[in-house]
Amino acid sequence: MGHLTIRASPVRMKSRRNPCAAVTYGAESAEYATLVLEPPDRPCASAARLRLVIQLEGVTKHYPRSNRPSVEDVNVFIDKGEFVFFIGPTGAGKSTMIKLLLREEVPDKGKITVGDTDVTRLRRWKVPAYRRSIGCVFQDFRLLPNRTAAENVAFALEVIGKPRSVARRVVPEVLELVGLGGKEHRYPHELSGGEQQRVAVARAFVNRPLLLLADEPTGNLDPDTSIEIMRLLDRISRTGTTILMVTHDSNIVNQMRRRVIEIENGQIVRDQARGVYG
Amino acid sequence: MRAKYVMSEVFLGLWRNISMTIAMIITMAVSLSMLGAGLMLYNQVDVIEEFYQTNLEVVVYLERNIDQPTTDQIEAALKASDLVANYQYEDKEKALERFQETFKESPDLVKAVEADVLPSAFRVKMNDIADAPKLIKEFEGMTGVYQVTNQREILQQVFDILGGAQRLTLIVALVQGVAALMLVANTIQVAAYSRRREVAIMKLVGAPNWFVQAPFVLEAVFAAVIGSIFAFGTLIAAKFLVIDGQFADLFKLMPPITMQAILVLLPILVGVSAVISAITAWITLRFNIKV
Repeated sequence: MGHLTIRASPVRMKSRRNPCAAVTYGAESAEYATLVLEPPDRPCASAARLRLVIQLEGVTKHYPRSNRPSVEDVNVFIDKGEFVFFIGPTGAGKSTMIKLLLREEVPDKGKITVGDTDVTRLRRWKVPAYRRSIGCVFQDFRLLPNRTAAENVAFALEVIGKPRSVARRVVPEVLELVGLGGKEHRYPHELSGGEQQRVAVARAFVNRPLLLLADEPTGNLDPDTSIEIMRLLDRISRTGTTILMVTHDSNIVNQMRRRVIEIENGQIVRDQARGVYG
Repeated sequence: MRAKYVMSEVFLGLWRNISMTIAMIITMAVSLSMLGAGLMLYNQVDVIEEFYQTNLEVVVYLERNIDQPTTDQIEAALKASDLVANYQYEDKEKALERFQETFKESPDLVKAVEADVLPSAFRVKMNDIADAPKLIKEFEGMTGVYQVTNQREILQQVFDILGGAQRLTLIVALVQGVAALMLVANTIQVAAYSRRREVAIMKLVGAPNWFVQAPFVLEAVFAAVIGSIFAFGTLIAAKFLVIDGQFADLFKLMPPITMQAILVLLPILVGVSAVISAITAWITLRFNIKV
């Protein structure tokens, strides 16, 4: 297994307005080993500069008539292929950030750009096409109980109009990738929690999204299984998929040593390149 | 392929909620039969009016013991009037023939009446039946005239009855229609709830909105089409059992309701119900599953 090195990481306290700073981080991270076998295969710094995947600029969202957590003047820049942890207490606004990125909510102020899409100015009818560039994994897996693992993954392809021949080719591949080869025809209730989450990851990844949002993906799993899921997510991140993961699991954050963005009361209080849970 | 998925979801949705589906279809069928009947009556009033417009007459009944000179006098007055297109004298014998023809199904009545009790009459065709009151004013009270009747007034009563029936059917259609649409909205809500996992996933992976909404809208449209077919069946049954059957005598007064007039209703009923149900379903979805 990979070597687990712990080194003092440069702490970046304020938001990362400067894309170059992000690039530095991206290049640096190669030196640091994590849970994974080989150092991640990062694109060179100059290429990465042009590859910002997420840009949040002065994003503000209030819910005047409910006590859902609000978000206040958030600035975040995330590169292609980056793996970012979102941490913070319950009600700090992490889920609101996810909703904003999914365009389930529209910010009151500020600008959100994902890939080439200006999410804040996205027309309603274009939202589905936009969501195809994002994969999602949740704490509760959200599988369809009356469909097998393979059918659950194929469902994501079917409903966006991919022909069945594509599903037949791609689904076994992606199930193999997540380590479920041979269990394609099991129903969710015949799979362990970790295996169910693998199906969910396969479903999120099957369209090769630009961005993978994971909302406490290990929240329902035991520590060992959690680590396996994290290995899987890390492998996916090294294919160039940007991963944004909300978590409360300090062990995982501390072991992975990836970029950590901490939110409190809707504001970013820490943005650290190889952070710990703190 | 996706069409197959949508259709299987439609039927699964209807089956899962079968009691509501049946209630929806029944109320729709009742509403649409009433709407169909209302439209048919509306059409019928026009047909009757047209049918009688050329046949309507003013009848000048003469005193029973009238003498020939007085009759001639009245005839001369008719001839002189420029309201009159033509007229026909009907003596007691002819009046009896007509009476026997009209009531041939009541032989007792025919036997009881003799030519002597029936008045002779002038049957007058008007240039314009709307001028009938003028003519009646002119001739009523003239010596030898017993009574002047305008067939249009008799017909007016038929129209009034038809109009009332039409209003009643349309009110029932409206009330039942509102009930049916509420059931549609309710069915859609239940269906949306039972398919909430699928819907959530579809929205998450970026299925197009029309695809997410299609199974629900089609459920409503399917129920509407079935409902209108039942309504259509009811109307055909009504034609054979009521109009041509039990109440055939009553309907002899007016031109027959043709099969064609009923057949025309099928596309109207299907179209109206499908479109309104689809719109109701779509509006319900806008509030239920926001995309």
